[in-house]
Amino acid sequence: MHADRGDGPAEFAQPVRLVVNGVEHTVQVPPRRLLADALRHDIGLTGTHLGCEHGVCGACTVLVDGAPMRSCLLFAVSVDGAEITTVEGCRAPDGSLGPVQQAFIDCHGLQCGFCTPGFITTVTAYLREYPDPTEAEAREAIGGNLCRCTGYQNIVAAVLRAAELQRTTPVSGDTAARTPAAPDPGPGGGTP
Amino acid sequence: MKPPPFVYHRPTDLDEALAVLAEVGHDGKVLAGGQSLVPLLNMRLAAPRHLIDINRIGSLAYVRCAGGAVEVGALARHAEVERDAGAYVAIPLLRQATACVAHPTIRNRGTTVGSLVHADPAAELPAVLAMLGGTVELATAGGGRRTVAAAEFFLGPLESAVRPGELAVAARFPVPPPRTGSAWLELSRRHGDYAVAGAGVLVMLDADLRVVRARAGLISVGPTPVVVDLTDAVGGRPFDAADWAAAGALAAGAVEPEDDIHATAAYRRHLVGVLVARAAAQAARNRAR
Repeated sequence: MHADRGDGPAEFAQPVRLVVNGVEHTVQVPPRRLLADALRHDIGLTGTHLGCEHGVCGACTVLVDGAPMRSCLLFAVSVDGAEITTVEGCRAPDGSLGPVQQAFIDCHGLQCGFCTPGFITTVTAYLREYPDPTEAEAREAIGGNLCRCTGYQNIVAAVLRAAELQRTTPVSGDTAARTPAAPDPGPGGGTP
Repeated sequence: MKPPPFVYHRPTDLDEALAVLAEVGHDGKVLAGGQSLVPLLNMRLAAPRHLIDINRIGSLAYVRCAGGAVEVGALARHAEVERDAGAYVAIPLLRQATACVAHPTIRNRGTTVGSLVHADPAAELPAVLAMLGGTVELATAGGGRRTVAAAEFFLGPLESAVRPGELAVAARFPVPPPRTGSAWLELSRRHGDYAVAGAGVLVMLDADLRVVRARAGLISVGPTPVVVDLTDAVGGRPFDAADWAAAGALAAGAVEPEDDIHATAAYRRHLVGVLVARAAAQAARNRAR
Protein backbone atom coordinates (compact mmCIF):
# COMPACT_ATOMS: atom_id res chain seq x y z
CA MET A 1 0.00 0.00 0.00
CA HIS A 2 1.78 3.10 -1.14
CA ALA A 3 1.35 6.18 -3.22
CA ASP A 4 4.27 7.75 -5.04
CA ARG A 5 3.44 11.43 -5.31
CA GLY A 6 6.52 12.16 -7.34
CA ASP A 7 7.55 14.99 -5.00
CA GLY A 8 8.93 12.94 -2.16
CA PRO A 9 9.69 9.44 -1.05
CA ALA A 10 7.13 6.69 -1.62
CA GLU A 11 4.82 6.32 1.34
CA PHE A 12 4.18 3.01 2.99
CA ALA A 13 1.35 2.71 5.44
CA GLN A 14 2.25 1.02 8.67
CA PRO A 15 0.24 -0.32 11.55
CA VAL A 16 -0.15 1.92 14.57
CA ARG A 17 -1.82 0.79 17.77
CA LEU A 18 -3.58 3.39 19.87
CA VAL A 19 -5.71 2.94 22.96
CA VAL A 20 -8.18 5.79 22.62
CA ASN A 21 -10.49 6.47 25.56
CA GLY A 22 -9.88 2.92 26.71
CA VAL A 23 -10.65 1.29 23.37
CA GLU A 24 -7.87 -0.30 21.36
CA HIS A 25 -7.54 0.63 17.68
CA THR A 26 -4.98 -0.48 15.11
CA VAL A 27 -4.85 1.75 12.05
CA GLN A 28 -2.77 1.60 8.88
CA VAL A 29 -1.33 5.06 8.32
CA PRO A 30 1.53 6.67 6.42
CA PRO A 31 4.27 8.04 8.71
CA ARG A 32 3.28 11.64 8.06
CA ARG A 33 -0.25 11.11 9.41
CA LEU A 34 -0.68 13.54 12.28
CA LEU A 35 -2.18 12.09 15.43
CA ALA A 36 -5.07 14.56 15.08
CA ASP A 37 -5.88 13.22 11.60
CA ALA A 38 -5.50 9.62 12.70
CA LEU A 39 -8.05 10.26 15.45
CA ARG A 40 -10.47 12.10 13.16
CA HIS A 41 -10.15 10.29 9.84
CA ASP A 42 -8.86 6.83 10.64
CA ILE A 43 -10.63 6.25 13.95
CA GLY A 44 -13.61 8.51 13.35
CA LEU A 45 -13.46 10.52 16.56
CA THR A 46 -14.17 14.00 15.24
CA GLY A 47 -14.40 15.66 18.64
CA THR A 48 -10.75 16.66 18.35
CA HIS A 49 -10.65 19.87 16.31
CA LEU A 50 -7.83 21.25 14.21
CA GLY A 51 -7.49 25.01 14.27
CA CYS A 52 -4.07 26.25 13.26
CA GLU A 53 -2.24 22.98 12.58
CA HIS A 54 1.03 24.39 13.85
CA GLY A 55 0.76 24.21 17.61
CA VAL A 56 -0.47 27.71 18.41
CA CYS A 57 -4.20 27.46 19.06
CA GLY A 58 -4.51 24.39 21.31
CA ALA A 59 -7.84 23.21 19.85
CA CYS A 60 -6.37 19.77 19.02
CA THR A 61 -5.02 19.12 22.52
CA VAL A 62 -5.44 15.49 23.63
CA LEU A 63 -3.93 13.57 26.54
CA VAL A 64 -1.07 11.25 25.62
CA ASP A 65 -0.44 8.82 28.47
CA GLY A 66 -2.23 11.37 30.64
CA ALA A 67 -0.27 14.48 29.63
CA PRO A 68 -1.83 17.16 27.42
CA MET A 69 -0.13 17.49 24.04
CA ARG A 70 -0.88 19.05 20.68
CA SER A 71 -2.13 16.25 18.43
CA CYS A 72 -1.24 18.38 15.36
CA LEU A 73 2.41 18.26 16.40
CA LEU A 74 2.64 14.50 16.84
CA PHE A 75 2.88 11.80 14.21
CA ALA A 76 0.64 8.84 14.94
CA VAL A 77 3.57 6.47 14.31
CA SER A 78 5.60 8.28 16.93
CA VAL A 79 3.06 7.58 19.69
CA ASP A 80 2.43 3.96 18.63
CA GLY A 81 1.17 2.08 21.71
CA ALA A 82 0.17 5.19 23.67
CA GLU A 83 -3.03 5.74 25.64
CA ILE A 84 -4.90 8.72 24.22
CA THR A 85 -7.74 10.61 25.84
CA THR A 86 -9.82 12.87 23.60
CA VAL A 87 -12.75 15.09 24.49
CA GLU A 88 -14.99 12.07 23.92
CA GLY A 89 -13.16 10.39 26.79
CA CYS A 90 -13.83 13.25 29.22
CA ARG A 91 -17.42 12.21 29.83
CA ALA A 92 -18.65 10.39 32.92
CA PRO A 93 -18.68 6.55 32.88
CA ASP A 94 -22.47 6.49 32.50
CA GLY A 95 -22.20 8.58 29.33
CA SER A 96 -23.38 11.81 30.89
CA LEU A 97 -21.24 14.92 30.88
CA GLY A 98 -18.00 14.87 32.82
CA PRO A 99 -17.40 17.57 35.45
CA VAL A 100 -15.29 19.75 33.15
CA GLN A 101 -17.87 19.53 30.37
CA GLN A 102 -20.68 20.30 32.82
CA ALA A 103 -18.75 23.28 34.20
CA PHE A 104 -18.34 24.78 30.72
CA ILE A 105 -22.12 24.62 30.28
CA ASP A 106 -22.83 25.94 33.77
CA CYS A 107 -20.58 28.95 33.21
CA HIS A 108 -21.35 29.53 29.52
CA GLY A 109 -17.67 28.81 28.85
CA LEU A 110 -18.21 28.26 25.13
CA GLN A 111 -19.96 29.95 22.26
CA CYS A 112 -19.12 28.47 18.86
CA GLY A 113 -17.47 25.49 20.54
CA PHE A 114 -14.62 25.02 18.10
CA CYS A 115 -11.86 25.49 20.66
CA THR A 116 -13.75 23.69 23.43
CA PRO A 117 -12.35 20.14 22.98
CA GLY A 118 -8.84 21.48 23.58
CA PHE A 119 -9.96 23.34 26.68
CA ILE A 120 -11.79 20.32 28.07
CA THR A 121 -8.80 18.00 27.71
CA THR A 122 -6.33 20.60 28.98
CA VAL A 123 -8.45 21.44 32.02
CA THR A 124 -9.15 17.76 32.77
CA ALA A 125 -5.43 17.03 32.99
CA TYR A 126 -4.68 20.23 34.87
CA LEU A 127 -7.25 19.63 37.61
CA ARG A 128 -5.94 16.14 38.16
CA GLU A 129 -2.63 17.68 39.19
CA TYR A 130 -3.94 20.88 40.75
CA PRO A 131 -7.44 20.16 42.07
CA ASP A 132 -7.92 23.54 43.77
CA PRO A 133 -6.54 26.35 41.58
CA THR A 134 -6.81 30.06 42.28
CA GLU A 135 -8.27 32.26 39.58
CA ALA A 136 -4.78 33.31 38.50
CA GLU A 137 -3.69 29.69 38.29
CA ALA A 138 -6.80 28.82 36.27
CA ARG A 139 -5.89 31.59 33.84
CA GLU A 140 -2.33 30.29 33.57
CA ALA A 141 -3.60 26.74 33.04
CA ILE A 142 -5.49 27.70 29.88
CA GLY A 143 -2.79 30.08 28.63
CA GLY A 144 -1.95 27.77 25.73
CA ASN A 145 -5.47 27.62 24.33
CA LEU A 146 -7.04 30.26 22.12
CA CYS A 147 -10.74 31.13 22.09
CA ARG A 148 -12.05 33.72 19.67
CA CYS A 149 -15.57 34.00 21.10
CA THR A 150 -15.75 34.17 24.84
CA GLY A 151 -13.10 36.62 25.95
CA TYR A 152 -11.97 33.89 28.38
CA GLN A 153 -13.75 35.20 31.49
CA ASN A 154 -16.34 32.46 31.46
CA ILE A 155 -13.72 29.83 30.66
CA VAL A 156 -11.73 30.84 33.73
CA ALA A 157 -14.95 30.63 35.73
CA ALA A 158 -15.57 27.18 34.23
CA VAL A 159 -12.15 25.94 35.37
CA LEU A 160 -12.96 26.99 38.92
CA ARG A 161 -16.46 25.50 38.66
CA ALA A 162 -15.03 22.22 37.34
CA ALA A 163 -12.68 22.07 40.32
CA GLU A 164 -15.68 22.57 42.58
CA LEU A 165 -17.65 19.82 40.80
CA GLN A 166 -14.72 17.42 40.96
CA ARG A 167 -14.46 17.83 44.69
CA THR A 168 -17.97 16.43 44.95
CA THR A 169 -17.89 14.04 41.95
CA PRO A 170 -15.30 11.30 41.47
CA VAL A 171 -12.97 11.90 38.52
CA SER A 172 -13.85 9.51 35.75
CA GLY A 173 -14.10 8.73 32.10
CA ASP A 174 -10.38 8.73 31.56
CA THR A 175 -8.41 5.54 31.47
CA ALA A 176 -4.99 7.11 31.11
CA ALA A 177 -4.40 7.86 34.75
CA ARG A 178 -1.35 9.94 35.38
CA THR A 179 0.70 10.04 38.51
CA PRO A 180 0.52 13.57 39.82
CA ALA A 181 3.80 15.42 39.93
CA ALA A 182 5.44 15.81 43.27
CA PRO A 183 4.81 19.18 44.90
CA ASP A 184 7.45 21.78 44.26
CA PRO A 185 10.36 20.68 46.44
CA GLY A 186 12.50 23.71 45.76
CA PRO A 187 12.95 26.79 47.88
CA GLY A 188 10.20 28.74 46.14
CA GLY A 189 11.80 30.78 43.39
CA GLY A 190 14.88 31.60 45.39
CA THR A 191 18.17 29.81 45.36
CA PRO A 192 19.54 27.30 47.81
CA MET B 1 -1.39 22.17 6.12
CA LYS B 2 -0.09 18.63 6.11
CA PRO B 3 3.54 17.58 6.32
CA PRO B 4 5.31 16.36 3.18
CA PRO B 5 6.10 12.64 2.86
CA PHE B 6 9.24 11.29 4.47
CA VAL B 7 10.84 7.94 5.16
CA TYR B 8 10.32 7.17 8.82
CA HIS B 9 12.93 5.50 11.02
CA ARG B 10 12.31 4.55 14.62
CA PRO B 11 15.56 3.23 16.08
CA THR B 12 15.35 1.64 19.50
CA ASP B 13 18.90 2.26 20.60
CA LEU B 14 21.60 4.86 20.09
CA ASP B 15 23.84 2.76 17.81
CA GLU B 16 20.95 2.07 15.47
CA ALA B 17 20.06 5.77 15.37
CA LEU B 18 23.64 6.76 14.60
CA ALA B 19 23.87 4.12 11.87
CA VAL B 20 20.75 5.51 10.19
CA LEU B 21 22.00 9.08 10.53
CA ALA B 22 25.33 8.08 8.96
CA GLU B 23 23.53 6.43 6.07
CA VAL B 24 21.11 9.26 5.25
CA GLY B 25 23.55 12.12 5.88
CA HIS B 26 22.24 15.49 4.64
CA ASP B 27 18.81 14.03 3.88
CA GLY B 28 18.11 13.13 7.53
CA LYS B 29 16.46 15.10 10.29
CA VAL B 30 16.14 13.98 13.90
CA LEU B 31 12.67 14.02 15.47
CA ALA B 32 12.73 14.41 19.25
CA GLY B 33 9.82 16.40 20.75
CA GLY B 34 9.03 17.90 17.35
CA GLN B 35 7.43 21.03 18.81
CA SER B 36 9.50 23.22 16.49
CA LEU B 37 10.13 20.71 13.70
CA VAL B 38 6.56 19.55 13.08
CA PRO B 39 5.24 23.12 12.57
CA LEU B 40 8.01 23.61 10.00
CA LEU B 41 6.94 20.38 8.28
CA ASN B 42 3.23 21.25 8.46
CA MET B 43 3.95 24.63 6.88
CA ARG B 44 6.28 22.89 4.40
CA LEU B 45 9.16 25.12 5.31
CA ALA B 46 11.20 21.94 5.67
CA ALA B 47 10.95 18.65 3.77
CA PRO B 48 13.61 16.18 4.96
CA ARG B 49 13.56 12.86 3.07
CA HIS B 50 14.29 10.88 6.23
CA LEU B 51 12.97 11.45 9.72
CA ILE B 52 14.81 9.65 12.51
CA ASP B 53 12.49 9.43 15.51
CA ILE B 54 14.55 9.07 18.70
CA ASN B 55 11.53 8.84 21.02
CA ARG B 56 12.09 5.10 21.61
CA ILE B 57 15.67 5.49 22.80
CA GLY B 58 14.96 5.37 26.52
CA SER B 59 18.63 5.65 27.43
CA LEU B 60 18.54 9.31 26.31
CA ALA B 61 15.66 10.23 28.64
CA TYR B 62 17.41 11.47 31.75
CA VAL B 63 18.12 14.52 33.88
CA ARG B 64 20.94 13.99 36.34
CA CYS B 65 23.27 15.97 38.54
CA ALA B 66 26.82 14.72 38.22
CA GLY B 67 30.34 16.10 38.29
CA GLY B 68 29.35 19.69 39.06
CA ALA B 69 26.78 19.88 36.28
CA VAL B 70 23.22 19.11 35.38
CA GLU B 71 23.28 16.69 32.46
CA VAL B 72 20.23 16.54 30.26
CA GLY B 73 19.77 13.67 27.80
CA ALA B 74 18.39 14.23 24.31
CA LEU B 75 15.00 12.80 25.22
CA ALA B 76 14.39 14.72 28.46
CA ARG B 77 11.26 16.83 28.01
CA HIS B 78 11.19 20.46 29.10
CA ALA B 79 8.58 19.49 31.71
CA GLU B 80 10.94 16.90 33.19
CA VAL B 81 13.81 19.38 33.43
CA GLU B 82 11.47 21.97 34.91
CA ARG B 83 10.19 19.60 37.59
CA ASP B 84 13.46 17.87 38.45
CA ALA B 85 14.12 18.62 42.11
CA GLY B 86 17.86 17.96 41.94
CA ALA B 87 18.32 20.14 38.87
CA TYR B 88 16.43 22.96 40.56
CA VAL B 89 18.55 22.85 43.68
CA ALA B 90 21.74 22.79 41.58
CA ILE B 91 20.73 25.41 38.97
CA PRO B 92 17.51 27.29 39.76
CA LEU B 93 17.94 29.21 36.50
CA LEU B 94 17.05 26.05 34.54
CA ARG B 95 13.54 26.01 35.99
CA GLN B 96 13.21 29.80 35.96
CA ALA B 97 13.93 29.88 32.22
CA THR B 98 12.17 26.66 31.23
CA ALA B 99 8.94 27.90 32.82
CA CYS B 100 8.95 30.60 30.12
CA VAL B 101 9.23 28.11 27.23
CA ALA B 102 5.89 28.28 25.39
CA HIS B 103 3.04 26.59 27.33
CA PRO B 104 2.93 23.52 29.60
CA THR B 105 1.35 21.49 26.79
CA ILE B 106 4.35 22.19 24.54
CA ARG B 107 6.77 21.52 27.40
CA ASN B 108 5.22 18.08 27.93
CA ARG B 109 6.63 16.99 24.57
CA GLY B 110 9.40 19.39 23.54
CA THR B 111 12.93 18.55 24.62
CA THR B 112 15.64 20.74 26.11
CA VAL B 113 18.38 19.38 23.85
CA GLY B 114 16.10 19.74 20.84
CA SER B 115 15.64 23.39 21.71
CA LEU B 116 19.42 23.82 21.79
CA VAL B 117 19.88 22.15 18.41
CA HIS B 118 17.06 24.21 16.90
CA ALA B 119 19.08 27.31 17.92
CA ASP B 120 16.25 29.80 17.77
CA PRO B 121 17.65 33.17 18.92
CA ALA B 122 14.35 33.77 20.74
CA ALA B 123 14.59 30.51 22.71
CA GLU B 124 15.43 30.46 26.40
CA LEU B 125 17.61 27.36 26.82
CA PRO B 126 20.35 28.32 24.36
CA ALA B 127 20.92 31.49 26.39
CA VAL B 128 20.98 29.51 29.65
CA LEU B 129 23.58 27.12 28.20
CA ALA B 130 25.63 30.07 26.92
CA MET B 131 25.60 32.06 30.17
CA LEU B 132 26.55 28.99 32.23
CA GLY B 133 29.35 28.11 29.80
CA GLY B 134 27.81 24.71 29.08
CA THR B 135 28.48 22.19 26.37
CA VAL B 136 26.65 19.90 23.97
CA GLU B 137 27.75 16.30 23.42
CA LEU B 138 27.57 15.09 19.81
CA ALA B 139 27.83 11.46 18.73
CA THR B 140 28.42 9.79 15.37
CA ALA B 141 28.36 6.19 14.21
CA GLY B 142 31.40 4.11 15.10
CA GLY B 143 31.87 5.64 18.55
CA GLY B 144 32.72 9.19 17.46
CA ARG B 145 32.10 11.83 20.10
CA ARG B 146 32.82 15.52 20.32
CA THR B 147 31.95 18.12 22.89
CA VAL B 148 31.11 21.60 21.67
CA ALA B 149 31.09 24.63 23.97
CA ALA B 150 28.02 26.85 23.83
CA ALA B 151 30.11 29.70 22.43
CA GLU B 152 30.90 27.57 19.37
CA PHE B 153 27.59 25.74 19.21
CA PHE B 154 25.19 28.54 18.23
CA LEU B 155 26.26 29.70 14.77
CA GLY B 156 23.28 31.78 13.66
CA PRO B 157 19.49 31.89 13.61
CA LEU B 158 18.27 28.26 13.55
CA GLU B 159 21.83 27.13 12.90
CA SER B 160 23.83 25.04 15.35
CA ALA B 161 27.14 23.22 15.04
CA VAL B 162 25.50 19.79 14.60
CA ARG B 163 26.78 18.24 11.36
CA PRO B 164 24.96 15.75 9.11
CA GLY B 165 25.27 12.30 10.64
CA GLU B 166 25.64 13.67 14.15
CA LEU B 167 23.19 13.33 17.01
CA ALA B 168 23.18 15.71 19.97
CA VAL B 169 22.94 13.14 22.76
CA ALA B 170 23.17 15.40 25.82
CA ALA B 171 23.77 18.88 27.13
CA ARG B 172 25.81 19.74 30.18
CA PHE B 173 24.87 22.78 32.25
CA PRO B 174 27.68 23.54 34.76
CA VAL B 175 26.55 24.40 38.28
CA PRO B 176 27.53 28.02 39.03
CA PRO B 177 29.78 28.79 42.02
CA PRO B 178 28.29 28.82 45.53
CA ARG B 179 26.51 32.06 46.53
CA THR B 180 25.18 32.62 43.02
CA GLY B 181 21.68 33.98 42.57
CA SER B 182 19.72 33.89 39.35
CA ALA B 183 16.57 35.21 37.73
CA TRP B 184 14.91 35.07 34.32
CA LEU B 185 12.62 37.77 32.95
CA GLU B 186 11.18 38.25 29.49
CA LEU B 187 8.56 40.31 27.77
CA SER B 188 6.21 38.78 25.22
CA ARG B 189 3.05 40.15 23.61
CA ARG B 190 1.02 37.28 25.02
CA HIS B 191 2.04 34.88 27.75
CA GLY B 192 3.83 31.89 26.22
CA ASP B 193 4.74 33.63 22.97
CA TYR B 194 8.30 34.06 21.86
CA ALA B 195 9.88 36.90 23.82
CA VAL B 196 10.27 40.32 22.22
CA ALA B 197 13.33 40.38 24.47
CA GLY B 198 14.40 38.32 27.45
CA ALA B 199 17.19 38.30 30.02
CA GLY B 200 18.60 35.83 32.45
CA VAL B 201 21.07 37.08 35.05
CA LEU B 202 23.54 35.30 37.33
CA VAL B 203 24.92 37.29 40.27
CA MET B 204 27.75 35.81 42.35
CA LEU B 205 28.13 37.21 45.87
CA ASP B 206 30.93 36.85 48.42
CA ALA B 207 30.52 35.98 52.09
CA ASP B 208 29.80 39.66 52.87
CA LEU B 209 27.05 39.70 50.21
CA ARG B 210 29.08 41.88 47.87
CA VAL B 211 28.84 41.30 44.14
CA VAL B 212 31.82 39.33 42.86
CA ARG B 213 30.65 38.83 39.31
CA ALA B 214 27.46 39.22 37.31
CA ARG B 215 26.52 38.03 33.86
CA ALA B 216 23.48 38.33 31.62
CA GLY B 217 22.18 36.02 28.88
CA LEU B 218 19.92 37.77 26.38
CA ILE B 219 17.47 36.45 23.81
CA SER B 220 15.75 37.91 20.75
CA VAL B 221 18.35 40.64 20.41
CA GLY B 222 20.85 39.02 18.05
CA PRO B 223 21.34 36.07 15.69
CA THR B 224 22.45 33.89 18.61
CA PRO B 225 22.13 34.21 22.41
CA VAL B 226 24.15 37.16 23.69
CA VAL B 227 26.16 36.88 26.92
CA VAL B 228 27.23 40.14 28.59
CA ASP B 229 29.54 40.43 31.60
CA LEU B 230 28.01 42.97 34.00
CA THR B 231 30.82 42.93 36.56
CA ASP B 232 32.25 46.31 35.51
CA ALA B 233 28.97 48.00 36.48
CA VAL B 234 28.27 46.30 39.80
CA GLY B 235 31.37 44.39 40.94
CA GLY B 236 32.43 44.98 44.56
CA ARG B 237 29.15 46.61 45.56
CA PRO B 238 26.91 45.27 48.37
CA PHE B 239 24.00 43.32 46.89
CA ASP B 240 21.44 45.85 48.10
CA ALA B 241 23.38 48.94 47.03
CA ALA B 242 24.58 47.95 43.58
CA ASP B 243 23.63 50.15 40.65
CA TRP B 244 21.53 47.62 38.77
CA ALA B 245 20.37 50.29 36.34
CA ALA B 246 24.01 50.70 35.32
CA ALA B 247 24.20 46.95 34.72
CA GLY B 248 21.12 47.27 32.53
CA ALA B 249 22.66 50.16 30.62
CA LEU B 250 25.85 48.17 30.12
CA ALA B 251 23.86 45.28 28.64
CA ALA B 252 21.74 47.59 26.48
CA GLY B 253 24.91 49.09 25.05
CA ALA B 254 26.32 45.68 24.24
CA VAL B 255 23.50 44.38 22.03
CA GLU B 256 22.70 45.14 18.41
CA PRO B 257 19.06 44.15 17.99
CA GLU B 258 17.18 44.48 14.72
CA ASP B 259 13.79 45.88 13.76
CA ASP B 260 11.07 43.43 12.87
CA ILE B 261 7.27 43.37 12.80
CA HIS B 262 7.14 42.78 16.55
CA ALA B 263 9.36 45.59 17.81
CA THR B 264 11.88 48.20 16.79
CA ALA B 265 15.57 47.80 17.54
CA ALA B 266 15.39 50.80 19.89
CA TYR B 267 12.54 49.25 21.87
CA ARG B 268 14.40 45.96 22.18
CA ARG B 269 17.49 47.79 23.42
CA HIS B 270 15.34 49.63 25.95
CA LEU B 271 13.84 46.33 27.11
CA VAL B 272 17.29 44.83 27.61
CA GLY B 273 18.18 47.70 29.93
CA VAL B 274 15.00 47.33 31.98
CA LEU B 275 14.91 43.53 32.08
CA VAL B 276 18.59 43.15 33.00
CA ALA B 277 18.32 45.72 35.79
CA ARG B 278 15.25 44.02 37.24
CA ALA B 279 16.52 40.47 36.81
CA ALA B 280 19.91 41.33 38.32
CA ALA B 281 18.35 42.92 41.40
CA GLN B 282 16.03 39.94 41.75
CA ALA B 283 18.91 37.47 41.32
CA ALA B 284 20.91 39.18 44.04
CA ARG B 285 17.92 39.29 46.40
CA ASN B 286 17.21 35.61 45.73
CA ARG B 287 20.73 34.77 46.79
CA ALA B 288 20.98 37.08 49.77
CA ARG B 289 17.65 36.10 51.24
